Amino acid sequence: MNQIVLQKLQSLFGEAILESGEFRNEMSIVVAADRLVEICRFLKTGEFRYELLADACGLDMYTPVKRFCVVYNLYSFQHRHRLRLKVFVEESNPHLSTVTTVWATANWHERETYDMFGIIFDGHPDLRRIYMPDDFEHYPLRKDFPLMGIPGSLHLPKK
Amino acid sequence: METTATREPVRKSKILQALEDQNTSISYADPLENDLILNMGPQHPATHGVLRLLVRLDGETVTGCVPEVGYLHRGYEKLAEASSYHEFIPHTDRLDYLSPLSNNVAYILAVEKLLGIEAPPRAQYLRTIITELARLSSHLLWLGSMAMDVGALTVFMWSFREREKLYDIFENLVGARFTTSHTRIGGLAHDMTPQAEGMIRTFINDFPENLHECERLLNKNRIFVERTDGIGVITREQAIDLGVTGPCLRACGVGHDLRRANPYLVYNQLEFNVPVYEGGDTLARYYVRMDEMKESRKMLIQLLEKIPQGSIHAFEPKKVLPKKERIYTRMEELIHDFMLINFGVDPPVGEIYHAVEAPKGELGFYFYSNGDGNPWRMKIRSPSFVNIQSLPVMLQGSMISDIVAIIGSLDPVMGEADK
Repeated sequence: MNQIVLQKLQSLFGEAILESGEFRNEMSIVVAADRLVEICRFLKTGEFRYELLADACGLDMYTPVKRFCVVYNLYSFQHRHRLRLKVFVEESNPHLSTVTTVWATANWHERETYDMFGIIFDGHPDLRRIYMPDDFEHYPLRKDFPLMGIPGSLHLPKK
Repeated sequence: METTATREPVRKSKILQALEDQNTSISYADPLENDLILNMGPQHPATHGVLRLLVRLDGETVTGCVPEVGYLHRGYEKLAEASSYHEFIPHTDRLDYLSPLSNNVAYILAVEKLLGIEAPPRAQYLRTIITELARLSSHLLWLGSMAMDVGALTVFMWSFREREKLYDIFENLVGARFTTSHTRIGGLAHDMTPQAEGMIRTFINDFPENLHECERLLNKNRIFVERTDGIGVITREQAIDLGVTGPCLRACGVGHDLRRANPYLVYNQLEFNVPVYEGGDTLARYYVRMDEMKESRKMLIQLLEKIPQGSIHAFEPKKVLPKKERIYTRMEELIHDFMLINFGVDPPVGEIYHAVEAPKGELGFYFYSNGDGNPWRMKIRSPSFVNIQSLPVMLQGSMISDIVAIIGSLDPVMGEADK
């Protein structure tokens, strides 16, 4: 199943499929950011029917190029199969198009990714912080954010 | 001083703006000709924790809703990056704190998948037993609290009586009632004692009668049925689009259960049905969970019959914590223990996502490992977080008093939603 999906994607989208890898029988496919929505729409409505976006999350590689990565874990009820899509985002331009138009559930997942990594999803209907306060200035799951937090960054009630 | 003065209005307006931006059609049929924005929670007894809802009302009808989460955010994903795979096990108890054993198992299965090891059969059976017991304890709490939300207080007392028996079993089986931390990489903390086995048998013998008692109070109760039937409807397509999983999805007519679809542990050796209802409303979600409890009992009977004897630890000296008495007497085990505790297990480079069917839905863990003792990134895919997102759809057009019934039927746990 993994290879079938990969071959189909390669034949349809060609150069947009940048990389692929298999680990513990799970397929990860790196796709080009500018064709993400198109590929997602095909995966959802095409023959493979990945109807459920199980999860979408950010990943900070902490490298000078390709610093951030957004990971989409998809599931197909029909084929009982999981697939992982990955998209790299540059630190200098942390913009990515939203997939809420494909799966409505991406709304909160993308809000969380924005909250934790500062990746801005263009076209998102309601891009606000979800866990941290609205006026918080940092992105906590970035690797350069210290585990102990930044003193003074959270406004606590006066005693 | 100046900064704090400018901050406050910004925060308030952003949340309100989100509610007002929603494309809601308001009918001005009421004589007052105005709509009201009601803030419900985070400290509201019916929101099951610290869920906050901003509800836009037209008279008594809900025309819009924005759920706000994050009041219990503890940053577990950041914490996981700073702790080894073993160290994180106690934190999983605090995710869905109504079924901690289920989270322990879900986490450890993901870690074992990353490491490429498997626990021996007896450990697999024991893990299945504790997962099903956790499902019972979670569903019993849901039954009590949801019935209480719609005004049936007796069921709460009776379901908590059953839950108390389950906690006694956990105490005997695990050594703790609430914060269990029972699983270990490649096995479990303890084996099951004959006494615990006897307790489980007694419990599942009495359970059908006790559950039937609760059912008799609700199934033909006109108040209960009228407050749940046709309330909070979500269609099959909407549910899938919004990523709803678990009993809420099965109440919309989708027979998706990871125990059946992608069997893990020993679920492929058990006979059970996946209860599916078509209604998509609060009553259908009630029936799905009630039937699931009966199925869990059926599974427990089979598990206790089939459980094999043998070790509960995989033989993987470089991954599995050795026994204490061997650490004190043997050189090899002492070295392994030192390495495992100080530097963590030695995972390969790679990434995995593993999900199980937790009581609330699909609980998944995503690991990105770069070969260190700590995960480079861990993501918790919690069912409550995603299910709460479907609240605006379910609440649309319902009455204000139905809000508590709908939240109750969704069964969210904020510890899990906020991570």
